[in-house]
Amino acid sequence: MDYFTNLTLNGVAEGAIYAALALSLIIIYQATRVVNFAQPALALIAAYIALTVTTASGSYWLGFAAALVSGLLMGSVTERLLIRPVQKTSQLSAIIITLGLLLLLQGVAGMIWSNEPHSFSYPMDFEGRFSPADIFGVAAVLGTAMLLFALYRWTPLGLRMRAAAAHPEMARMLGVRVGLMLTLGWGIATVVGALAGMLAAPPFVYPNVLDSVFVYGLAAAVIGGLDNPFGSLLGGFILGISLSFVSGYLGPELMPLAALIILILVLSVRPDGLFTRPKARKV
Amino acid sequence: MTPSLTDHLLTADGVTVRFGGLVALKDVHITVPPGSVVGLIGPNGAGKTTLFNVLSGLITPDTGTISSKGHRLSGLRPYHLANHGISRTLQGLNLFPGMTVLDNVMTGGERLAKTGLFTMLTGLGRFERDERALRGRAMAVLDELGIAHVAGAYPSTLAYGVQKRVALARALVNEPELLMLDEPAGGLSSEELAELATRIRDLRERMSVLLIEHHMDLVMDVCDHIVVLNFGAVISEGPPDVVRNDPAVTAAYLGSAEESDDE
Repeated sequence: MDYFTNLTLNGVAEGAIYAALALSLIIIYQATRVVNFAQPALALIAAYIALTVTTASGSYWLGFAAALVSGLLMGSVTERLLIRPVQKTSQLSAIIITLGLLLLLQGVAGMIWSNEPHSFSYPMDFEGRFSPADIFGVAAVLGTAMLLFALYRWTPLGLRMRAAAAHPEMARMLGVRVGLMLTLGWGIATVVGALAGMLAAPPFVYPNVLDSVFVYGLAAAVIGGLDNPFGSLLGGFILGISLSFVSGYLGPELMPLAALIILILVLSVRPDGLFTRPKARKV
Repeated sequence: MTPSLTDHLLTADGVTVRFGGLVALKDVHITVPPGSVVGLIGPNGAGKTTLFNVLSGLITPDTGTISSKGHRLSGLRPYHLANHGISRTLQGLNLFPGMTVLDNVMTGGERLAKTGLFTMLTGLGRFERDERALRGRAMAVLDELGIAHVAGAYPSTLAYGVQKRVALARALVNEPELLMLDEPAGGLSSEELAELATRIRDLRERMSVLLIEHHMDLVMDVCDHIVVLNFGAVISEGPPDVVRNDPAVTAAYLGSAEESDDE
């Protein structure tokens, strides 16, 4: 029983990271209908920037803040300079650009910070069952999710961002600066991605450190439903707990396989994801 | 009183739009004086919606200028129009799916909530006040249109006529000086039509209205001035009586009677 509890709690902690990545993918998907494959690379650069700032200043939290700020900047710049120019031609070009950016940024990270793992210090104890680090991770992700909910649901800015995503042409005519809202959406999403990177990277950071986490985050987003932010959060936790059981009872080498099996099972039963209401057909 | 040219809420002068080889609008001139209801009619494909799109900045004309109260509008982005007190509805509904009726209407209130991006991200106090003022204003408009009870509902669950009123409420929440309506009567029942006519006459007390409509009885009933387009050119204009009896108008409609009678 104790083992079962351990696995559950580990799953919750891991799930929080998947949930954050899923959320960062969904924010962008809802705003621009693009799956941002560059998300792990952007988060990786943010983590390296945090490492540099922490090493120079000696403060983990200064590095943490630097990661979030650089996430906001990188996300906004990516949308404005790389995505916007090709979005009008086809959605597919935008997705391919994010794939290219992923490879480019991972390469650049290796050139600047080397491909060898750097030890990535953590100010909290991360040993044992539901360590302070785990608690911080879960709290940070849930807190971020609540902040985002409040932003989108209760503020005029959120209202405009939702309107811009739902019907850009109409929103524009109502006086919404649609382009600015999309840029901001990418910025916010990348902050959430950077948070996930900061939680996932320790104890070591190297250019491919976030690859597997990203695959699980993407799976969580699809399981929850790409149109549903709550679903993606829940999807993250469900996947985290399930994979923790697989790893604990069947062996950690089966985790990637299990993630894909869960994904296929969910998609064959609920193609729009577990928590998306099936769309009524338009007549 | 005769308003001077700089008082006109909207003036299009010499507007020409070409789509490839097709001339969609040919040297069109139209003005909307304050406190008036101007109707824009013509057979299908005459260029009415194209003209609306030019007037609202969605299409840049090849030649010609658009101005409002002496300010040149041509070249402005669509989102600037709201700041000039102009709002419009689109053909059909174009409500935001997945947003409640109240949220839909609040989206129209850009001019009232003029919070800058910086304030939005930092000054929570000011932010909240704007949001509350906007919410109150949106509820007042819903109430005025008799649909306050559906504020929390999602548009897709409502009857078509009610959704049309939500779209109208969204255009009104900005307190525009000029309201552009693109086929507001489409799909309405005869009672709803009568209500719409009364509503447009009431709105005329506080704003000008530019109306595209196929429903002739409504147009003749509520408009002060009617402009008739055919093949992208103005073929007739004047008060309803004059336009009704203009042989050029009859010819344009009879010439395309088989396509225009689609209801």
